[in-house]
Amino acid sequence: MSDLIPQLTQQIFNGLSLGAIYALIAIGYTMVYGIIGMINFAHGEIYMIGAYVGLVTLTAIGTQTGMPLPLMVAAMLVVAMAVTGVYGYTLERVAYRPVRGSPRLVALISAIGMSIFLQNWMALGQGARDMAVPALFSGGINFDMGTEGFGVTMPYARILIIVVTVVLMAGLWMFIKHSRMGRASRACSQDMHMANLLGIDTNKVISFTFVLGAMLAAVGGVLIAITIGKLNPFIGFIVGIKAFTAAVLGGIGSIPGAMLGGVLLGLAETFAAAYISSQYKDIVAFGLLVLILLFRPTGLLGKPEVEKV
Amino acid sequence: MANNLKFAFIAALLTAVIVMPVFGLQLVRQGARTLLEPNFQYVLIAMGVVFVGQLCRPWLALPFKALRRGLPVLPSAPTGGNKLIIFLFVAAAVIWPFFGTRSAVDIATLVAIYVMLALGLNIVVGFAGLLDLGFVGFYAVGAYTYALMYQYMDAGFWVALPVAGMMAALFGFLLGFPVLRLRGDYLAIVTLGFGEIIRLLLINLNQYTGGPDGISGIPKPTVFGMEMTRRASEEGAQTFHQFMGWTFQNQHMVIYLYLVALAFALVTLFVSTRLIRMPVGRAWEALREDEIACRSLGLNPTRIKLSAFTLGAMFAGFGGAFFAARQGLVNPESFTFIESALILAIVVLGGMGSQVGVILAAIIVTVVPELAREFAEYRMLVFGLVMVLMMVWRPQGLLPMQRPHVELEK
Repeated sequence: MSDLIPQLTQQIFNGLSLGAIYALIAIGYTMVYGIIGMINFAHGEIYMIGAYVGLVTLTAIGTQTGMPLPLMVAAMLVVAMAVTGVYGYTLERVAYRPVRGSPRLVALISAIGMSIFLQNWMALGQGARDMAVPALFSGGINFDMGTEGFGVTMPYARILIIVVTVVLMAGLWMFIKHSRMGRASRACSQDMHMANLLGIDTNKVISFTFVLGAMLAAVGGVLIAITIGKLNPFIGFIVGIKAFTAAVLGGIGSIPGAMLGGVLLGLAETFAAAYISSQYKDIVAFGLLVLILLFRPTGLLGKPEVEKV
Repeated sequence: MANNLKFAFIAALLTAVIVMPVFGLQLVRQGARTLLEPNFQYVLIAMGVVFVGQLCRPWLALPFKALRRGLPVLPSAPTGGNKLIIFLFVAAAVIWPFFGTRSAVDIATLVAIYVMLALGLNIVVGFAGLLDLGFVGFYAVGAYTYALMYQYMDAGFWVALPVAGMMAALFGFLLGFPVLRLRGDYLAIVTLGFGEIIRLLLINLNQYTGGPDGISGIPKPTVFGMEMTRRASEEGAQTFHQFMGWTFQNQHMVIYLYLVALAFALVTLFVSTRLIRMPVGRAWEALREDEIACRSLGLNPTRIKLSAFTLGAMFAGFGGAFFAARQGLVNPESFTFIESALILAIVVLGGMGSQVGVILAAIIVTVVPELAREFAEYRMLVFGLVMVLMMVWRPQGLLPMQRPHVELEK
């Protein structure tokens, strides 16, 4: 039993780093849902595109140039965010704005179509096979814990995920709370029609939401590409659904909910992989989604939705 | 005009950003190293196309405006005079394979399977308005029911068929019961989750399902208990060609499979045509149009939705059993989300709720990729794009069905 605490520490660390990625992506789902009430099914693909853009940037810089590592990662993140921001904007303009106001299913089918399109778009451009991402961070913090000396490993790449995510979340929180655009977007999520009447350019707010969500997803993509070391055009699908699960778990429409949901899902999945079987971790995530939707569709921090006639 | 020019310029710039990291700088692997291969010509071409397209947009948009209402609309229900036409169509569909080539008949079999699946999904998505993204899960249940029944009980196709349909319907019932209270888009994601869970279970329950390799050696359907193979698998049994006094030909089997698939498709068509005019069918459509109004009129939404969901699953189960028999093997690879999306694309393309439209779309979606094999890698790309464009320009589908309605005189 003396191994329990160190083992838990290890699993919690792994779960947090995985959950941070889910949280980054879940915010995109939850913000879009909060404002226009649609599930942006193609959001997972934005994450995948972010990962690819990061790899392209890294290859363009070259790993042997002697550029300092933090600068290199920053460059990858900035380029990926810029490109996916444009993707998010265009996605909304091309596929979602024309169907706004149609029944929910129309928008959802359009989003599914976009998701399939983007997967195959990337497969056509960069090949459908796995691409290797050069390892930027080798090693990590290793220390022994407990009486038996159980080795706990914290790779630098995973620490980076947690640090970057925490910084971004704090930044996002400040932005939503205090900036003009953040206030406008909160107003829109409360009552779009009223916000429009009061002179807020709702189209601009919606575009902005898509761009912001896409940028955060791209950060997740770049970080996971560095950590896992490989990517292919179809990684976005499963991660997208899991991030959606995280958003629903926390209460869709609520930004702190998405953060909480992401972390909880990451922990649940890591523990399922460690203590049940790693083959069943996807089933645990999907099962969790089904259970939440059945028993608490508003999520942990969400507000109940009132049906209007 | 200046404004237009500005927009076109911005659009071209955005295009450059979008295309650059995907096509403009392509990753190439050289041994252990990854290099970038610049292909800026793609970026320039895309920019040019978008620039010109954006400039000419007011003129380009004209035909699409017409598309919204321009294409034909089907009459609400087939009237008596159509019986002869339907009979001729069916007769032609039955007779032509005897003169067709083997590959043509094979493709036609595939078309018939997709017609059946799409008509089944049409009950759920088109009639009842429930977006089911896990349809392929029920298809998998049907296929594995037959495969497992053959493996463990040595059951033949015709014995397994009703069981496969019932199993799939049971799954549909059990899964649908809790989730059908959910709102439309949540329902879509939950069904997607269920479809994935079924596939993951098939992969992971190695000891029963054979894991990723699946189950192989599944026999083809028999004709009244006679096998359609060169030699009977059991000593002393008679094969079909011996019974008929023919020499053995593979072509017979191909045509037989086609006819079975055609029969399935026709039965599905018949049943769903009848259902939609029964009280339950009316209730599906009413529920799709306005759930709150239905509830206030005393309809039980869960029960009505559940009937649609279960029936759709049952047809998927039949389709799955036939798929297993035709392929001779089943593995989880055949039941990915893409398959669900493909069937959904057929329903969407044809027009949700319109049966003739769905049949037409199934033919297009199956035959066009076969004719354009050299463009195979663009197939899913085009499907995705078509789904988006259909939703933007013509959400009612290619051949939407006209509802019985009264119009006020202007």
